[in-house]
Amino acid sequence: MSGSLWPLIRRDVRRGYAGGGATLVVVFFLLVATLFPFAIGPDAALLARVGGGVIWAAALLAALMPVERLVAPDLEAGVFDQLAIRGQSLAAVAAARMLAHWLAFAPPLMLATVIAAGLLDLSAETLLLVEAGLAIGTPGLAALAVATAALTASLRGAGAIAGLVMLPLAVPLLIFGAGALSGGASALKLLAAVSLLLVAGAPFVAGAAIRAAME
Amino acid sequence: MSVGLVATGLGARRGGRTVFADLSFSLHPGEALLVTGPNGVGKSTLIRLCAGLLQPAAGTLDYTATPDRPPVALLAEAAALDGELPLGEALRFWARLDGRADAIDRVATALAEVDLAALSTVPVRLLSTGQRRRAALARVVASGALLWLLDEPANGLDAAATARLEVLVERHLEQGGMAIVATHLPLRLPGMRTLALGGVA
Repeated sequence: MSGSLWPLIRRDVRRGYAGGGATLVVVFFLLVATLFPFAIGPDAALLARVGGGVIWAAALLAALMPVERLVAPDLEAGVFDQLAIRGQSLAAVAAARMLAHWLAFAPPLMLATVIAAGLLDLSAETLLLVEAGLAIGTPGLAALAVATAALTASLRGAGAIAGLVMLPLAVPLLIFGAGALSGGASALKLLAAVSLLLVAGAPFVAGAAIRAAME
Repeated sequence: MSVGLVATGLGARRGGRTVFADLSFSLHPGEALLVTGPNGVGKSTLIRLCAGLLQPAAGTLDYTATPDRPPVALLAEAAALDGELPLGEALRFWARLDGRADAIDRVATALAEVDLAALSTVPVRLLSTGQRRRAALARVVASGALLWLLDEPANGLDAAATARLEVLVERHLEQGGMAIVATHLPLRLPGMRTLALGGVA
């Protein structure tokens, strides 16, 4: 008795962009990326060398921004109750949310990366590698964000704990994503493997966590 | 097995505490069960058990639905309507998830029945408590579900809205529906049975 999840995905994407949600992520991402030139100094050669890694670190931090809004508000509003009584599996609901979050999170971030690359004086090849890495890595990052949001949804001060839960788990993405800048194709393959693993596993973790939080 | 809900020896525990135990009742099309009792006696828990959102600690709950209608509609404390959306749009989202092809018509009719038709373009966050409750009721009406689970549906409703609620539930029962209504406010429903939960303590 479970209908299509398309209305839910559309709603979640709309809510991702609504209220400046996506803008906030982009602004935060650019802000973090800008901090490095200030901290390191205007050494163009050095910035160009570390720039790719800086973008990855900034992307990881920006991915934390929406975590508090991903699951907790809907849990409180009873949205998951209403979805569950409609026979929707919560893992499927979580997967839909991951897709929606990725759609609201990755495209603005990848566009902003072009700007950040300009700020950090990255070469065109480096930018291309960063964008390729982000395209492969952001689904994993989105999956991790939703799973973390579900795990911390019923906790007080979830924002801080979410960072503690999510960032260590995102380290493989960072290693292989930034590694692709020097390691090339083999690092991208490992990045894809990590991303795939997260995308495949996270819906079940998130679904179970939401179910537990509903009781 | 005939259409209906049969609970046998139902028990529930929340946070290690027994909320109620050994509860048995049955519900068939056209019947309503009014669950009454003081606060904290497990009315909402029973509603959530029937909705399948909680697992019973003891006993069994068998629900046989008809294939042509959604099995359950729930009206709970939380309205589950997106605050930034116009009321009509927020309700149509759920009607679409129910797989209703005629979502727009159903929502319009349901809104008229809870006397909110004039507010269908107003954002949900601007609605008053009672209006929000009626909006949640409109979702239940629009779902066309077989079993209505109403948790304190009369909270925040004025006398006229309460009377309308009674009429809507009555019509639902006449159409072969079932309802379980948890309330601490007096509600008049035809042919209803009352299940008074007492404190197990």
